Amino acid sequence: MSLKSYVTPSFLIERNKERCIKCKVCVQQCANEVHRYDEEDDEIISEEHQCVNCQRCVTLCPTGALTIRKNPNELRQNSNWTAEAVRAIYIQAETGGILLTGMGNDRPYPVYWDNILLNASQVTNPSIDPLREPMELKTHLGRKPDSLSIKEGKLQKKLPPQLELELPIMFSAMSFGSISLNAIKSLAEAAKQEGTYFNTGEGGLHRDLYQYGENTIVQVASGRFGVHADYLQAGAAIEIKIGQGAKPGIGGHLPGEKVEREVSETRMIPEGTDAISPAPHHDIYSIEDLRQLIYSLKEATNYEKPVSVKIAAVHNVAAIASGIARAGADIIAIDGYRGGTGAAPLRIRDNVGIPIEFALAAVDTRLRQEAIRNQVSLVVGGSIRNSADIVKAIALGADAVYIASSALLALGCHMCQKCYTGKCNWGIATQDPQLAKRLNPELGAQRARNLLRAWKHEIQEMLGGMGINAIESLRGNRLMLRGIGLTEKELQILGIKNAGE
Amino acid sequence: MQTIDASGMLYRDLNELIRDSVSRGVKEIRLINVNGHRYIGDGLAKEASIIIEGTPGNDLAAFMEGARIEVHGNAQDGTANTMNGGTIVIHGDARDALGYSMRGGEVYVRGDVGYRVGIHMKGYQDMNPAIVVGGKAGDFFAEYMAGGIMIVLGLGLAPDEDIVGNYCGTGMHGGIIYLRGEVAPEQLGKEVKVVSLTEEDTCVLDGYLDNYCQYFKVKREEIDKKPFCKLLPYNKRPYGNMYAGW
Ligand code: SF4
Ligand code: SF4
Repeated sequence: MSLKSYVTPSFLIERNKERCIKCKVCVQQCANEVHRYDEEDDEIISEEHQCVNCQRCVTLCPTGALTIRKNPNELRQNSNWTAEAVRAIYIQAETGGILLTGMGNDRPYPVYWDNILLNASQVTNPSIDPLREPMELKTHLGRKPDSLSIKEGKLQKKLPPQLELELPIMFSAMSFGSISLNAIKSLAEAAKQEGTYFNTGEGGLHRDLYQYGENTIVQVASGRFGVHADYLQAGAAIEIKIGQGAKPGIGGHLPGEKVEREVSETRMIPEGTDAISPAPHHDIYSIEDLRQLIYSLKEATNYEKPVSVKIAAVHNVAAIASGIARAGADIIAIDGYRGGTGAAPLRIRDNVGIPIEFALAAVDTRLRQEAIRNQVSLVVGGSIRNSADIVKAIALGADAVYIASSALLALGCHMCQKCYTGKCNWGIATQDPQLAKRLNPELGAQRARNLLRAWKHEIQEMLGGMGINAIESLRGNRLMLRGIGLTEKELQILGIKNAGE
Repeated sequence: MQTIDASGMLYRDLNELIRDSVSRGVKEIRLINVNGHRYIGDGLAKEASIIIEGTPGNDLAAFMEGARIEVHGNAQDGTANTMNGGTIVIHGDARDALGYSMRGGEVYVRGDVGYRVGIHMKGYQDMNPAIVVGGKAGDFFAEYMAGGIMIVLGLGLAPDEDIVGNYCGTGMHGGIIYLRGEVAPEQLGKEVKVVSLTEEDTCVLDGYLDNYCQYFKVKREEIDKKPFCKLLPYNKRPYGNMYAGW
């Protein structure tokens, strides 16, 4: 006997009958099969249970006949047993499953970026107009030597390998499998055009993407999917993925449904099989072991590529980062607890990890105290929502930022958080060829480029306002930051003064 | 054949010499006095044969694509890590995480192997990696195994000695394990079952066993004295139904 579901629809669909011309665009556009045309009654009917409020039908409806609303139906008011808490129990009682969700932590925890204010020059030092004066955003990621020796204008010792970025923004790891090839192509092309990098995630590198090798960071994760000698050689840098902000401490699991032919070829696993990434790398149980993998990769690529290590921001992040720097990493990527994901257990996403603002400040401080800050570059993500977040991150000590959710929003994502279903109506988090086609990689690249360019200009404006003409002078320059609405302890961790001080 | 004396040499210098030689087209390299040098043969994507005399260090042949390595001695941890192709023949024991995520090629170990051997080994299309162990294996043998073939012969075991440790095949969801002799059910991960061999299995085994006998000068009759059992995963998708959409 099947159980009756007690879960009520999350959204209501309102169709303005006067506007609806029954063109059936909504019927075709919704992969969740919410809308259905009933021939007998010549009517479009909507089954709201399946609606995830991705706004696809709303956006494409030619007459603007559709409105999606949060279902106003409410349980009896209860501050402890909220509607969400109750709903979760109904779902689990009906399925016995671990709750799965997509995108980043959406809980109302404080967003510290919004409690930090930037400085600007007034009178005592002139601000700079970036439209007329040079403004340098170029960023080099990689290990910097303790000292340089220069003879007759020449460096005496070769610098360790560096990534060169035209602006301090890179596209964060998203695997082929979790997102569509068209989405990756969009980001790869944008990275190439704007002089930055995209990251393969743990999904391997599709053959069409090898041409973007110079702008690619190839990831090596615990499942080692799609990792082989050509892959390692193809990228400009290699990233060892230890963890990600949305699911620190647990592995990944791409369900067989998403492993269609192209994904299977790229990951080098049979079609339809689950791609299981174990929680740890089973060759890394310690910092010493991490060093071993870092050097294994360096040996395999002749010390020509920087090696990055990506971790989730967790309680002990500063000590861990120190270990990673000493293990020989050239770059440390730290992903805050708001970092996005294609799929993560809800309870992990919402309850594990710490804010990137704290993690970054703590790591930068620690590495400086230990006088090893020059040995690694710091890249932070999870979540960077706008150019001001980036300026604040760099002033807190980051060398560059990783963006992923923002990048997908640029491609058309509507933050419905259902990426794990594989039915992304915007052609992003899907392997369904019909859906993936909805994202034209050329237009996608244009949108992603526009976002990068807009942010670049905004960063230049903010720098100019502070009287700074090179991003290098902002790095770790926490005097440019002031806190607002923060406790003494929070200010102390962030290493910034309060507004007015 | 080129001979390199590794004594007193740092691993980085030794490996650079090897890479240099291979790219110059040297087909056979003999390394003598190897003593814990790490990363030998890492990422080697050319046809070459490396003979190691001594004890190579961790991550021997990691990310290797097609070379052949023969070790006259023991190998340490992480041998054949994420290896994609080639052959490794070890005339001694090998330690932990041998063949981690290995996707192609063959590894033959004359003696015993450590923990977590063949973890997350996988196969793909015509890539069907294999590990053949002459002696016994430690705990977590073939954990998360997703493809390929693992064979343990249990040669020279004392009567009360087990051929594998505990948690054999935990999380296994693909590939085949052949054990010569028997294994107690409590030593198996809950994802695997014991089945009997088919004729096809015997054919598959034959090739690997003949290689083993040839590489290590063992008589085939010695191996044929005891029958094999075969371990398969119950389910190709052990974690398929664990989730509910939020
Ligand atoms: S799931 Fe998206 S396309 Fe389907 S009805 Fe809801 S908003 Fe419209
Ligand atoms: S990528 Fe697609 S499925 Fe994921 S949140 Fe965005 S619109 Fe929804």
